[in-house]
Amino acid sequence: MNRFAKSWTSAALSLAIGLALLVGLPGVLDDYTLIEVTIYAVMSILGVSLAFIWGFGGILCFGQAAFFGLGAYVYAIAVMNMGDSTVPFLLAIVVPALFAALLGYVIFYGRLSDVYMGVITLTVTLILFNLINSTAGPEWRIGSAALGGFNGIPAIPTLNLPGLPDEVLTPKDLFYVTFSCLLLVYLGLRVLISSKIGRVIIAAKENEQRVLLLGYDARAYKLFSFTVGGAIAGLAGCLFANWGAFTSPTIFGLAQSAQIIIWVIVGGLGTLVGPIVGCVAIQWLTSQIGTQQTLNSNLVLGAILVVFVLLVPRGIVPSIGDLIDKAWRRLRGSKSSEATP
Amino acid sequence: MSAVVPIIETRDLNVRFGGVHATRDVNFTLAENELRCVIGPNGAGKSTFFKLLTGQVKPTSGQILFRGKDISKMQPHDPGRLGIGIKTQVPSLFNGLSVWENVWLSARRVNSTAQADRITRETLERVGMHAYRDVTAGLLAHGMRQWVEIGVVIAADPPLILLDEPAAGMSDAEVARTAELILEINRQHALVVVEHDMNFIRMIARKVTVLHQGAVIKEDTPDRIMSDPLIQQIYLGKKPH
Amino acid sequence: MDLAVVVFIQVLYAVASLVIVSAGLAVIFGMMKVINLAHGEFMMLGAYAVIAALKVGVNLWVAIFVVAPIAVGVVGVVLERLVIRRLYGRMVDTMLATWGLSLLLVGIVTSVAGNTTAGVSAPLGSFSVGAYSVSGYTLVIIAVAVVLALAIRFVLTRTQWGLIARGTMQKPDMANALGISPSRVYSVTFAVGAALSGLAGGLLAPLTGVVPTMGAAFIAKAFITVIGGGPAILAGLIGASTLFGAINQLATFVTTPVFGEVALLVAAIVMLRLLPQGITGRFFKGSL
Repeated sequence: MNRFAKSWTSAALSLAIGLALLVGLPGVLDDYTLIEVTIYAVMSILGVSLAFIWGFGGILCFGQAAFFGLGAYVYAIAVMNMGDSTVPFLLAIVVPALFAALLGYVIFYGRLSDVYMGVITLTVTLILFNLINSTAGPEWRIGSAALGGFNGIPAIPTLNLPGLPDEVLTPKDLFYVTFSCLLLVYLGLRVLISSKIGRVIIAAKENEQRVLLLGYDARAYKLFSFTVGGAIAGLAGCLFANWGAFTSPTIFGLAQSAQIIIWVIVGGLGTLVGPIVGCVAIQWLTSQIGTQQTLNSNLVLGAILVVFVLLVPRGIVPSIGDLIDKAWRRLRGSKSSEATP
Repeated sequence: MSAVVPIIETRDLNVRFGGVHATRDVNFTLAENELRCVIGPNGAGKSTFFKLLTGQVKPTSGQILFRGKDISKMQPHDPGRLGIGIKTQVPSLFNGLSVWENVWLSARRVNSTAQADRITRETLERVGMHAYRDVTAGLLAHGMRQWVEIGVVIAADPPLILLDEPAAGMSDAEVARTAELILEINRQHALVVVEHDMNFIRMIARKVTVLHQGAVIKEDTPDRIMSDPLIQQIYLGKKPH
Repeated sequence: MDLAVVVFIQVLYAVASLVIVSAGLAVIFGMMKVINLAHGEFMMLGAYAVIAALKVGVNLWVAIFVVAPIAVGVVGVVLERLVIRRLYGRMVDTMLATWGLSLLLVGIVTSVAGNTTAGVSAPLGSFSVGAYSVSGYTLVIIAVAVVLALAIRFVLTRTQWGLIARGTMQKPDMANALGISPSRVYSVTFAVGAALSGLAGGLLAPLTGVVPTMGAAFIAKAFITVIGGGPAILAGLIGASTLFGAINQLATFVTTPVFGEVALLVAAIVMLRLLPQGITGRFFKGSL
């Protein structure tokens, strides 16, 4: 990240914009568009989870969708059994986090490298897909919730005010909750990143050997960031289940995991705002493609991924940031500010 | 008379890699606050010995004791945690972070935030890099990177510091400066310095351990080492002036 | 007794399938350290090549053993020139770019051939073993896997090209010293790997429904088998395929096909945790 991106100024700016949108959008948009914005916000939370563990922790997870899906399914099953949504909401965050912790333990304490990380996370998400997909028979149920297999789980009860099972959230309420979650996650991560733990996580990505020589157990820090990423993705999953009142095994699919990676690459690896931008852009693009027949979304997304990896490897936001940085320095007429003592 | 526990002691230390006997029956002792140089021609086993002390290589037999405690089986992050500061042969810094952040991360591990800021500043002043604190470490010249790395190491105030070729690639002025720095550090820390440069060693060492083919062949003052005919022969062509 | 024979054949078949499905990826990863996530789609293209060839009246066996490999080999050459070449040494970027290519290929084929499943009927019928019947094609798969393994070994150790390729992978300068351009070696190696993937797809066309998204079912298994196999291309391929194939089949036999898949995936994770360098990172070190 360049200096501006790192600073509290940029965080404050992003938060200010976010708050403005939170407060202003419901007044400006009709309910239908608001619902569309809500899904962008949900997916942005998912994108931010990968942005954090990959951009700051150096962990390339090919199966972030696993935690997303777990969040959705855990929420659905729990709320259908419990009636009130408070505990299910928390479970949707905690269960994926625990799963991430377990998986993270296997990977980081086994000192497996990047490539193996990719294989294993890919594999895990496929295992989940295979397992859930095959639970279509009526015998597959947890309490009063049928797993539904490839049919998915329909009619998932929406979140209600804590303790008041009849006070269910309206779509507008859901927008407020989701968007607030996005802002809180963003703020929380910015605070974490500038704390000691966050700095060690970033340093471990930069030079793991040096971090170890300093006496920090890099494995524990990676495990921590991976778990946090899993928790955030789980939260997104819960909100997703609320948004559509439906979830199906495709949520664990490769396609979903690929999308998250594409958002981060397009938006900019190494920032939190970038992947949000990437997510919104790609989601919007995908919905536009859906309305016409000539171009296929796989084709477009695939092409975008290839082009970005080859030509714009830093992604949109950092590249724009670099341009702004260059222009600014040219205006001020000085050489690279980084090397000046 | 009470027995004083050495800060580092190796007992009959041996390392074999396949057919190579890289470290042979090495018995090495270092007292608290002592400064020792370890020298030897190429292939003498200096780096292997260094890696044994840092835990990167595990002994085939024998023990390594840090203040009496067996540290032969360490995890990679244990030396730092136990109080052994390490500067590797190839400078290892966080190239994308600033000089300040590099040192801060080290200071912060053993201090609270408030203390860490103060210690970072003091350390940078001690190694003379305070003016460069906002510079990205990767952009620094080689000599300065070495100093930053020394700063990183001492910021955590480790009782034992291991330096692998701290004067490598430096100009004469930089070498002199580094020697001063090491002597100053030695006032409060024990040091093991693995080095090639005889002149540099003469500037800092009181006692030198000479390795040859994995074994210790002599331990003495620099002058006696230099005038030893056997050692001169081993270092054929590298006679100091 | 009959059951034992049938189970044995099924296990051999599972192992053989893994060998065939993973060979192309093994060659590309083993020789070039490139993780080609479009491998499944190369297989898919091979399957579609067979279907297209059949439509034009080509004999099934020719379609599988000639048309599919050549067609996909050509695609491989093109993609290597355009994309892969620019990313050598950047393993993560190659994974991402090839993932993009995989999506792209699925998209292109969907646009051209539509979403419906095409089929090829399995040739050779079946024969009986006691009370059970075994498909003749199963034996073909087993036979092809054996021949394939032998062929790979032969080419890599006994032919000049194989030797040059192995040398170049270790030291690109060596190829230059011999008057051969390393990029040509990479091109050919990638094309061979692609062709093997195409062959695999062609062979599997009679067994699975041919649909643009069919590659997804194979990429994970192939990926795991190759990584689990370790640095030695052939020994790793055979070792990992045997281990995972056997576990897959036996688990399927005892439970359901879905759990068979899950067992394979779980076994892979466990194995990688125990042997982080893959099977041939620890055993059979230094072999091909």
